[in-house]
Amino acid sequence: MRSPSPIRAAFRQALAEAWAGGAGALLPIGFFAGAAMLVPFTVGSEANQLAAIGTGVLWVALALASLVSMERLFQADLEDGTLELWAQEDCPLFLIATAKILAHWTVSGLPLVLLTPLIGITLQVPADQLLPAMLAYGLGGLAFFFWGGVAGALAASVPRGGLLIALLALPLFVPTAIFGALAAEPGAAGPNILFLAASTLFALAVAPFAASAALRLAVD
Amino acid sequence: MISIFANPHRFMALSRWLAPACLVIGVVLIAWSVWQALWIVPQDDYQGGDIMRAMFIHVPSAWLAMGSYMGLALASFVWFIWRHELADMAAKSIAPIGAGYTAMCLATGAIWGKPTWGTWWLWDDARMMSVLLMFFLFLGYMALRAAMDTRQKAARAGAILAMVGAVNVPLIKFSVDIWASIHQGASVIRMDGPAMPAVYLTPLLIGALGHLIFFGALTMILMRAEVWQRRGDVIMARKLAGG
Amino acid sequence: MTDGLLIEADGLGAVRGERMLFSGIHLTLRPGEALVLRGPNGSGKSTLLRLLAGLSQPSVGEVVRSRPHHWLGHRDGIKPHETPRQHLRHWGRAWGSQKKADEIAGHMGLERPMDVPGRLLSAGQRRRTALGRLLLVDRPIWLLDEPFNALDADGRTLLTELIASHRESGGGIIAALHGDAPFKASREVVL
Repeated sequence: MRSPSPIRAAFRQALAEAWAGGAGALLPIGFFAGAAMLVPFTVGSEANQLAAIGTGVLWVALALASLVSMERLFQADLEDGTLELWAQEDCPLFLIATAKILAHWTVSGLPLVLLTPLIGITLQVPADQLLPAMLAYGLGGLAFFFWGGVAGALAASVPRGGLLIALLALPLFVPTAIFGALAAEPGAAGPNILFLAASTLFALAVAPFAASAALRLAVD
Repeated sequence: MISIFANPHRFMALSRWLAPACLVIGVVLIAWSVWQALWIVPQDDYQGGDIMRAMFIHVPSAWLAMGSYMGLALASFVWFIWRHELADMAAKSIAPIGAGYTAMCLATGAIWGKPTWGTWWLWDDARMMSVLLMFFLFLGYMALRAAMDTRQKAARAGAILAMVGAVNVPLIKFSVDIWASIHQGASVIRMDGPAMPAVYLTPLLIGALGHLIFFGALTMILMRAEVWQRRGDVIMARKLAGG
Repeated sequence: MTDGLLIEADGLGAVRGERMLFSGIHLTLRPGEALVLRGPNGSGKSTLLRLLAGLSQPSVGEVVRSRPHHWLGHRDGIKPHETPRQHLRHWGRAWGSQKKADEIAGHMGLERPMDVPGRLLSAGQRRRTALGRLLLVDRPIWLLDEPFNALDADGRTLLTELIASHRESGGGIIAALHGDAPFKASREVVL
């Protein structure tokens, strides 16, 4: 431990926090699986019907499950004083914010993506679609986490800000959801997966700066 | 240029007569266009019969919905860079009016859609979807401002959100257009139809001008209320400090 | 390091809500000095300290910090799941500290609760852990907000010694305090 490595330290700390925070990682997974499980009960269990909407249901569940951990992502840091310390680092705050969002994605976003084939099978998604769809879920989930991170940073100082975060983030999810659904749709040829990748890159380029501006406001 | 409008005293002196003047002019122009729309303009079967008269409200409110979000983003940007208090007041005042116009656009669109499409709502229409998302952006903006505990924080948080929304609007628009093109979008208004005769175009444009002026008047009135509110807060703070 | 000043603040003013908290604050900090900020509750001691740390921007005036600083705020910055050992290791990594986290924890009298997670530590133990952070890397400026809060008699002595040795090695301190200062202040700023 010689040269300063604040970004790696922030990533490790966020990983540890996400694991330790009372089954923090399991919570989004439970939410994700639970939301998907409700669908057959509400729309009917007919295989054809489920197969037609299966990938779309997974997108909705993924978008909502991404929001679950956003409320505490930065709020916990604000409450225990960690955010004050990060805000005084020489290291740009947007890199710290990126490290934290990526750590949370690793703990509570990536498992959702890995889980999609399993839930997809139960929702009668054809087997040959499961793996290509997983790539789309991976790209889309990353964008959800970054836009959700902006909303979480804006609402960091708001008690019980979960609903506010959803209201702020969901409109920003729309391009990802559209391109993602088109990319996961069978036979919808075209550059949809590229559009999805582009909108994720756009999120990666814009969201860290917005999140860092919002965090500076939160510590002020 | 900006610094002329940035002076609250000058703004108050100017808006004192400009706001009511704009209000009157706007209402008169809107009233004229509505009168034209309901009683003068001939019915057009191509656009769906009598119901097309809703266009004279629907189209201006769609234009204003889009324009007001741009205005909100611009005011937020000006505040974020130069910290002119009036820019923040403008942003705060535009939001509820813009949300009102987006709601009006959606309502008239649905009313028009029922006899034309046979349904109140079509998810495939790119323009309706864009306006609906704009409505959510306005709601989020107002909710975020309301959740902040001081005026300065509300201004900063609102500005960040408005700018994030503004850079996303082209992407949202693009994605929704692609979505609609794949799902065989239908549109209420066919802008690519035969050129609109002057008998429609004149009331439409006059009405849009009226709504724009009316919008300006409402914004100025809300901004004036905000200036008074802040003056009141200053007096309260002084009383508290002075004991 | 112009003129050997660690911190120079000129004409600082802060507004909260519509109220002017303070204005026209001038202060300088030289190596070896300890400045004490005083004033009743709500007079803006913490706000001034946050301006000096760069956490907030002043409504008027400017702050020039010529050297790196350590911050000890109201909140200790310890995560509920973090033990003192993990906390000091974490910031040691972030700051590139050469020192051993365990030794610092020992020095702060944290041998026994070394592996107790933050949510189970007492307020005094958390404060000692946060103070241990100041020893990880040498930073000439220490900004301390009510640093003696929650500390027992031993802890107060320990902190007084830390402050003294920091000043001897050419560091400067600005602390917001209520009550008596257990160390000799160079100057007081009254808000």
